[in-house]
Amino acid sequence: MSQQYMMKGNEALAEAALRAGCRYFFGYPITPQTELSAYMSKRMPKIGGTFLQAESEIAAINMVLGASSVGARVMTSSSSPGISLKTEGISYIAGSDLPCLIVNVQRGGPGLGGIQPSQADYYQATKAPGHGDLHILVFAPASIQEIVDLTGRAFDKADHYRMPAMLLADGALGQMMEPISFPDESEEMKLPEKPWAATGTEGKRKPNIINSLYLNPNKLEDSVRARFERYETIRKNEVLYEEMMTEDADLVLVAYGITSRICKTAVKKARAEGIKLGLIRPVTLWPFPEEVISRTAEHVKAFLSVEMSMGQMVDDVRLAVNGKCPVRFFGRTGGVIPTPDEVFDAAKDVLASAGGDK
Amino acid sequence: MDKNIVLAGFGGQGILFAGKVLAYTGMIDELHVSWLPSYGPEMRGGTANCSVCISENEIGSPRVLDPNILIVMNIQSYDRFIDTVVDGGAAVVNSTLINKKTDNEKIRCVYIPATEMANDNNLQGLANIICLGAMLKQTGMTSYDSMEAAIKKCVPPSKAHLLDANLKALKLGYEFEG
Repeated sequence: MSQQYMMKGNEALAEAALRAGCRYFFGYPITPQTELSAYMSKRMPKIGGTFLQAESEIAAINMVLGASSVGARVMTSSSSPGISLKTEGISYIAGSDLPCLIVNVQRGGPGLGGIQPSQADYYQATKAPGHGDLHILVFAPASIQEIVDLTGRAFDKADHYRMPAMLLADGALGQMMEPISFPDESEEMKLPEKPWAATGTEGKRKPNIINSLYLNPNKLEDSVRARFERYETIRKNEVLYEEMMTEDADLVLVAYGITSRICKTAVKKARAEGIKLGLIRPVTLWPFPEEVISRTAEHVKAFLSVEMSMGQMVDDVRLAVNGKCPVRFFGRTGGVIPTPDEVFDAAKDVLASAGGDK
Repeated sequence: MDKNIVLAGFGGQGILFAGKVLAYTGMIDELHVSWLPSYGPEMRGGTANCSVCISENEIGSPRVLDPNILIVMNIQSYDRFIDTVVDGGAAVVNSTLINKKTDNEKIRCVYIPATEMANDNNLQGLANIICLGAMLKQTGMTSYDSMEAAIKKCVPPSKAHLLDANLKALKLGYEFEG
């Protein structure tokens, strides 16, 4: 067995980023994410990287833009209110076709909100991470090991598609510890070539220009269309999800991140009582696992989206189900974590009202 | 059997540290483990609690609402958590700071004057580990060796001089006759 470590989600994420070759971190402290930047501040200088605590979240995301422009593997992290400040920069980064990793360890909102775990930034992450026509890759880990695994993947996919990737966690995942192991360290890591980076021409080639400004509407439309062709490829190839006991389920829960684990406990409880619950856990939120939900809708009585919000992902579940069966919602918000019993009770209510055989 | 553990007390009593030791025993025993702290505007003198799950199976919800093992180190925590322990579960109560006893006969309860024992034995601040020792004796949730190994892993190199005191506290709690 490979070496095991016990780490908080925030620290594991930082260590995984370093091991994935990230050498630039720009951020501004905020609970419940602070251990991540604290870890970076200790480790970066020791491995020849740069940790910089910026004067604000806005400054930090623009430093990310700068470092990415010259081909660096770079990241920033924050929590909900801080991510809102970053959205302008995220849009610029997307519009400039630059890769980076953005971490959101979500807390309750809106406004300054609270500091307890939340999933109320789903809309922001998947629908409008900045102004304009754009998407970013959104990964939603549900365990500390998955935080480690998805951090490396997010960097790689961001580079591959030249776009920002987000790890969407929450306060519980950031603060909790679980045993983890890191990917095989013996393999020499090779970061991809970035021939587009603005690294200086040395008089040998035409300058690379990193820009998101197109005053000619037709040229801007062309650039957006080209980007959306890439998004189509991503929708086809990059969807990740986990299924649990969906084959014979009457009701399938849809939940991501920490909430999916509460749902797993609820599913086990229900099965022990002979009630056929199942779970689909999106691992990528954008692209969203539409196809598996659409396929599952053929043989279940209903879906129940379970979230730590007032109901955001439920919209995407409804779009995927497209009227084939009822889609209901259960959630707690403001930093309140639902209990497995609450989820189980909500599921029983949905089953009672869904009735009828499929 | 799954161990669903809640530890609770004042900030500064080493609640989160004791939970971390338990989490490490699970890792050493090659089981699935999760450790989830309460976090917030807590500080020394405020309240602190954490949930530890240790299981042979993948852990679902990491938040323990119905523990089968409870360690409480102050009266507020006792009041809040003692009735959440499931039937057949065990509780370790720091009787120096908790002057109540439960009349629930369905749980096994150890009343140990951990804070007093720590002070009497020049182990100030290690009432948490004394409670762990008492809990280990009561539940047999892991081996004594695993618990010692876990403590060795949790005491950072910068505080190596405190290791012996931690191990002594564990033994003291383990050998306590209630």
